[in-house]
Amino acid sequence: MRAIVNVYLKEGVLDPQGKAIAHALDSLGFGELVKGVRVGKQMVLELNSTDEASAKIEVEKMCETLLANTVIEDYTIEF
Amino acid sequence: MRVAVLRFPGTNCELDTHYAFAQLGADVEIVWHNEQKLPEGIDLVVLAGGFSYGDYLRSGAIARFSPIMKAVVEYANEGNFVLGICNGFQILTEIGLLPGALKRNNNLHFISKFQTIKVINNDNRFLSQCNTQEILTIPIAHADGNYYIDSEGLKEIESNGQVLLRYCDSNGEPLAINGSLNAIAGVCNKNKNVFGLMPHPERAIEDILGSMDGKKMLEGFMN
Repeated sequence: MRAIVNVYLKEGVLDPQGKAIAHALDSLGFGELVKGVRVGKQMVLELNSTDEASAKIEVEKMCETLLANTVIEDYTIEF
Repeated sequence: MRVAVLRFPGTNCELDTHYAFAQLGADVEIVWHNEQKLPEGIDLVVLAGGFSYGDYLRSGAIARFSPIMKAVVEYANEGNFVLGICNGFQILTEIGLLPGALKRNNNLHFISKFQTIKVINNDNRFLSQCNTQEILTIPIAHADGNYYIDSEGLKEIESNGQVLLRYCDSNGEPLAINGSLNAIAGVCNKNKNVFGLMPHPERAIEDILGSMDGKKMLEGFMN
């Protein structure tokens, strides 16, 4: 089974990379369409498990301790 | 005075830090991150600058799980002195010994230059040899020095006197060099025994280096 973890800076925490990309898109002529950009990280975890419920609890622990810094980042977990 | 300087894979300022404290007369030991214990009888632990674990995931995020860090947390919680410089500061925020976090610089650049910084609070051991409002010139060299903390936390560290240093211009006015909230360049914990800063005092200890202001900072620990 595979778990996909996405980590983003929290809403309200300025994302300098996202801002730079939005600026570049604007200069390419996409400015009217693109309201904002946020940059994140995606980690794909190959798991030795078929039990999504119990795996989710473990992956949450991984996010809280290592994969995200919850002072500045939020995360999502997908299977 | 005995100082332990930690070395993680990717640390690159441990020898400069060793040299700086040795020049001040300290007995300095470099400690490998895989050690379980700190040397007996040390007075200060320094987490030196560099790129521990290649800054993978986030700066300092992986180093905080090195075996030695358990001993450092215990040592800090007993009220002993811990100093984190640059990457060391990032590790101390990641492990929760210091409040806040360090994000990518607002301009996305690695900033490497001499920078003026202002002493905000000197009622602590680290800056005891500096005057408040004093302007120091210290090198900075970082890509992730953009200090962030939520608004409640910011109020708390400001009112507790935990803000040690701010980036400033030559007149002492706060300077948005990397996006840090309130131009914060260094903080300490509530108990004022754990210190972290992005500038490199160990690189400003001799005339030939262009500044001796860093010596004045490190000397605080020597008394």
